Amino acid sequence: MSTPSHVLVAGASAAGLATAEALRRKGYTGELTLLGDEPHVPYDRPPLSKQVLAGAWQPDRAHLRTREVLDALDARFVLGDAAVSLDTANRTIHTASGRALRADAIVLATGVRPRTLPGQENLRGVHVLRSLDDALALRADLLRARRLLVVGDGVLGAEIAATARGLGVEVILAGPQSAPLATQLGPLASGLLAELHAENGVKLRLGAGVEALTADGDRVTGARLSTGEVLDAELVVVALGAVPRTDWLEDSGLVLGNGVVCDSRCRAAEGVYAAGDVARWHHERLGSLLRLENRTNATEQALAVAANLLGADQPYTPIPYFWTDQFDAKLQIHGVLTPGAEVTVVEGDPAGRRFVARYERHGKAVGVLGWNMPKQARLHRQQHLTTGGTR
Amino acid sequence: MKITVDEDKCCGAGSCVLAAPEVFDQRDEDGVVLLLEAEPAEHLRPAVREAANVCPAAAISLSEA
Repeated sequence: MSTPSHVLVAGASAAGLATAEALRRKGYTGELTLLGDEPHVPYDRPPLSKQVLAGAWQPDRAHLRTREVLDALDARFVLGDAAVSLDTANRTIHTASGRALRADAIVLATGVRPRTLPGQENLRGVHVLRSLDDALALRADLLRARRLLVVGDGVLGAEIAATARGLGVEVILAGPQSAPLATQLGPLASGLLAELHAENGVKLRLGAGVEALTADGDRVTGARLSTGEVLDAELVVVALGAVPRTDWLEDSGLVLGNGVVCDSRCRAAEGVYAAGDVARWHHERLGSLLRLENRTNATEQALAVAANLLGADQPYTPIPYFWTDQFDAKLQIHGVLTPGAEVTVVEGDPAGRRFVARYERHGKAVGVLGWNMPKQARLHRQQHLTTGGTR
Repeated sequence: MKITVDEDKCCGAGSCVLAAPEVFDQRDEDGVVLLLEAEPAEHLRPAVREAANVCPAAAISLSEA
């Protein structure tokens, strides 16, 4: 493909912005448009459930770039207007306000939307946390509440529970797993996380799914578990994962299936690429389709897409990485900690809550987890996880 | 080129060290970025730009003055 003269990026968050910046750094001088459904300039999401929710950061601290840096990008930002359909053949995106944005190449970076429970939309006191506005709304309610119920035992739910405890709120964490993040981390680390939350006063109601929210009129009062138990709370956060925002692409002719399905170059169709949470691409080294919802992937995949847009023709084969901060624990996860992997502590001591564990499958290292040992975890990644690399 | 880092944003991934080991390191105890060279030599600048670009927490800022 020849170099496009106009690149249109749908999505003005981490992946969309990183695509635009990488294009400019690589010498792209053509027209550049970023379309975002939120009115805000691009901001970062990891701080939302931690520093922003806690009130430690003012909201603008989460902005990814200053106004001057954005201006220097020489891109047109169309904000507060959502993409509603894609005409793939004509590479035109139609927006909620009626715009028709046409380009030579399109990057889909529309991210994910939070899952919700039936009836949730009509109840006051129920939150999700995906956007900056979500975080601020939840914080405002938390400052007035005595008891919060977190529905969901994954990364986001556990982080919200920890932050809310830090604000002095009573917290119940409910979810179907045996421990927070059990499927992501395996029994050793998730067991330690369960202990950590319990020690800090989070009431864990694990091993049972939430069946329905309970309400008094239009106000939430808690939730009923599949066991029949009813949990009372003034405030509920639903953190049950997220679904790729591909509904607007139903008529595009692109292959959709748990994301925008792409080849190993992150290409969904001629001149159409996807990056970040919404992209499900063929990872050549793993030999399978993969979709990663993490901050690192948003940037790294954007760099790969920008390179391929300019003719690089490179497969995208990252070593996945994510981190989470909960109470005094900083966890770093490199690679893929597949369920059933053999776990060996290779440095430090879990009893002292400072250690690195290596995860192996069929005798081959697949992941490294650091618990309050970030540098050592990175060194073990370098030593053991050599079969990936993005560049 | 002048580098500034925001320690509060740093998540300790070490991506910067992988990209530019002459310029960045991590503290042993908490993994937070250590800036070895705030004004790196010319030949290190491409690697430093890469380090800033791949930082998962957007904690590294560069000024080209």
